[in-house]
Amino acid sequence: MIHLSRWKVILLALSVLFGIVFTVPNFLSQAQRDALPGWVPKSTLNLGLDLQGGSYLLLEVDVPAMRAARLNNLAEDARTVLGEANVSVSTINRQSDGVIITLSNPAQMELAQQAMGALISGNAQGVADRVVQRQGNDRIRYAFSDATMNAMASDAVTQSIEIVRRRLDSDGTKEISITRQGANRIVVQAPGQSDPAALKRLIGQTAQLTFQMEDYQNAARALQSGIIPPDSEVLMDETGQPYLLKRRVVVSGENLTKASVGQGENNQIAIDFRFDGQGARRFGEATSANIGRRFAIVLDGKIISIPTINSAISGGTGQITGNYTIQSASEFVNLLNGGALPAPLNVEESRTVSAELGEDAVAAGALSTAIGFLIIVVFMLLAYGLLFGGISVIGLVLNGLMIVACMSLVGAALTLPGIAGLILTFAVAVDANVLIYERMRDEARAGRSVIASMDAGFSKAMATIIDANVTTLVAAAIMFFAGAGPVRGFAWTLGIGVFTSVISSVLVAQVLLAFWLKTAKPKKLPIAE
Amino acid sequence: MAMRGWPLIKLLPQKTNFRFVRYAKPAAFISVILCVAALVSCFMPGLNMGIDFRGGASLEVAKPAGQVINLEDVRGAVSRLDLGDVGVQGIARRDTNIDDGSTAIVRFQIPEGRDQTAVVTDVETAISQATGQVTYSGVNVVGSKVSGELFMSGLIALGSAIGLMFLYIWFRFEPQFGFGAVAGLVHDVILTFGLIVVFRLEFSLTMVAAILTVIGYSMNDTVVVFDRLRENLRKYKAMPLRDVIDLSLNETLSRTIITGVTAVMVLAALAVFGGEALFGFSIALMFGIIIGTYSSIYVGAPIILLWGVKRGGPSDDAKPIKLGMASRP
Repeated sequence: MIHLSRWKVILLALSVLFGIVFTVPNFLSQAQRDALPGWVPKSTLNLGLDLQGGSYLLLEVDVPAMRAARLNNLAEDARTVLGEANVSVSTINRQSDGVIITLSNPAQMELAQQAMGALISGNAQGVADRVVQRQGNDRIRYAFSDATMNAMASDAVTQSIEIVRRRLDSDGTKEISITRQGANRIVVQAPGQSDPAALKRLIGQTAQLTFQMEDYQNAARALQSGIIPPDSEVLMDETGQPYLLKRRVVVSGENLTKASVGQGENNQIAIDFRFDGQGARRFGEATSANIGRRFAIVLDGKIISIPTINSAISGGTGQITGNYTIQSASEFVNLLNGGALPAPLNVEESRTVSAELGEDAVAAGALSTAIGFLIIVVFMLLAYGLLFGGISVIGLVLNGLMIVACMSLVGAALTLPGIAGLILTFAVAVDANVLIYERMRDEARAGRSVIASMDAGFSKAMATIIDANVTTLVAAAIMFFAGAGPVRGFAWTLGIGVFTSVISSVLVAQVLLAFWLKTAKPKKLPIAE
Repeated sequence: MAMRGWPLIKLLPQKTNFRFVRYAKPAAFISVILCVAALVSCFMPGLNMGIDFRGGASLEVAKPAGQVINLEDVRGAVSRLDLGDVGVQGIARRDTNIDDGSTAIVRFQIPEGRDQTAVVTDVETAISQATGQVTYSGVNVVGSKVSGELFMSGLIALGSAIGLMFLYIWFRFEPQFGFGAVAGLVHDVILTFGLIVVFRLEFSLTMVAAILTVIGYSMNDTVVVFDRLRENLRKYKAMPLRDVIDLSLNETLSRTIITGVTAVMVLAALAVFGGEALFGFSIALMFGIIIGTYSSIYVGAPIILLWGVKRGGPSDDAKPIKLGMASRP
């Protein structure tokens, strides 16, 4: 084993080359990297959010809230069709999984079922999307089918991801990663993003935009008595002033084609918007029929503007004025252009590290790595002398190179605990050397020749080295699969370190010691007595 | 030799003859007592759960170097917001690693049903009013749903690590070795938890990583001893088991010490220079490595005595040898 075999030398040379080639880009500036020819590896060490600063958000799609909103729509649908069919309804009750409609006159049951049956449509597989069931002689249960409900929940997550991406992309922030996690969660990672509150504002709003007419006939009475007509609702504006609005939505955000920051009267900052054809037509009809009256622009259940209609607005464009700053106006425009979220997104977890704190963490990490490294170098040189200790140190340097190279190559993020993992890896990397050297000393003590004891040292230590490192690898694998964020970074570093340390310490020791044997032709082992 | 005593390795006694097994009983006694104490402490003062596992928020606030944050004022202002537990603690500055009173961590709960973002904004306003302009360098908020899940997955990670180690040792060695190794691991994990409680270190995700690493290291140590033990069992077929164990421990002792000392020294450097974020982590690792080294000598190997072990290589008759105080009846 301890002769200078050609393939080991080649393997070692390749490892060194690999280490250098993939580590060097980390020391070049971005401009220098861009100037390199295409075939040269350019990937660099990917710093985790805790080291470069940034925000991490874990969002959960609020499926129950979406379900409740969809059930509201069901109730409105039912009210409309039954009204059109002249069926008189006594109550409509929303339950957790459907709507119960109670008829005033049980004789109209046939008529009601027929009218509501028209609401059912089939999906691609011909499965009905809604259920209309008769309950008793005067009640009808109206609900989504289970399949529809499940599909809606799943679609909601996919759509939410898409909308969040659109909103964040238009924000111009680079390298934001948005990923789905589990059934109904979304992870947003924004390196360098220093204002998590802005990030949350941008994605935390559902951005349901509706245009609804004021119920001017009943407003005064209803607001005073508190008795709200069934087809109207009370919403408030920013100052808390209540208004009575028709539930029926004239135009919604879905009909919006473009919003932009514009200028209103008196150089006020305003939001200009444009509807699609359908929206323009409906908006035109509604405004021409209601000149002199008011309509409300409602965002997520809150009135943001309630202008009076001076003339029919037929061109499909309009303007919202209000107390906007450039920042709030452009955030609002982003929201409108991104579209509405199908369901509210709740922030379940948020972590933010400022860029300065990240820099300090890098500095502390670098310092402790340097000191840890130095300690090991000094200790190994003192313990095993220049030759054997030196060989360990060379192995250690190669190990460091290879870890950086591997992490740059696979794009694994280096985190603060990852740096700790790196340092620990260095400490444990010399373990392979210690195992080999101690074996050699054992064998030398047992009276074997230099060559024989070195040979036996390697072959006997190898099984132990493998066993000992597999266990660390198992721990790293578990951290990788069970952990999140920085812990995962730690697992990466530790796991890669196990591989590289076995290669570097064993291979370096074998080749260099074989070379030493060949040239120095020693009579006895320097570390044995 | 020009330089006497160098390399240092020559100073270590070449052949030690410590009778480790002889002290196995008192050691076991101490270990059991410590483990019980550690377990009790996990419930009695209880773990100092970080927001990872308990939910809530932590803000790191800092003023420019030299200016002081009045911790009492901050605590008072945040407490007035009625958020349940509020903790305010001064820490060392990240850039200089010196505690000059200019940096603090504020921890609080987010009451059920309140909006995270709004609560954090309120707290930030309250802090600014109490102590003047500050910067927020690290803000972490974990909802109660997520924290519960993180805690469960942490426990599962620890459990599955121990389980997998057992399987590995069982396949590579023999069941007895597996039991010995697992006893050692459980011992290390429990004592590390004890340390975390006693020093009021914050139990967070990072701490779980530390414990998993301790498991890896302790196992590493145990495997080295077991490897030699297995080899010696084949080599010295007539030697009483306890003597083979002693011999194997002595033979691997120099390696155990050198590797352990290296790791502990390096972790000490990490604890001193790595800053606040890594302090608890490095302390737990350092302690765990010392305990792990102890356990592979005094828990892992002696437990094999309790079970006895099949002797000899494949050609052997494989008859269990019963011996001394500890063989199974």
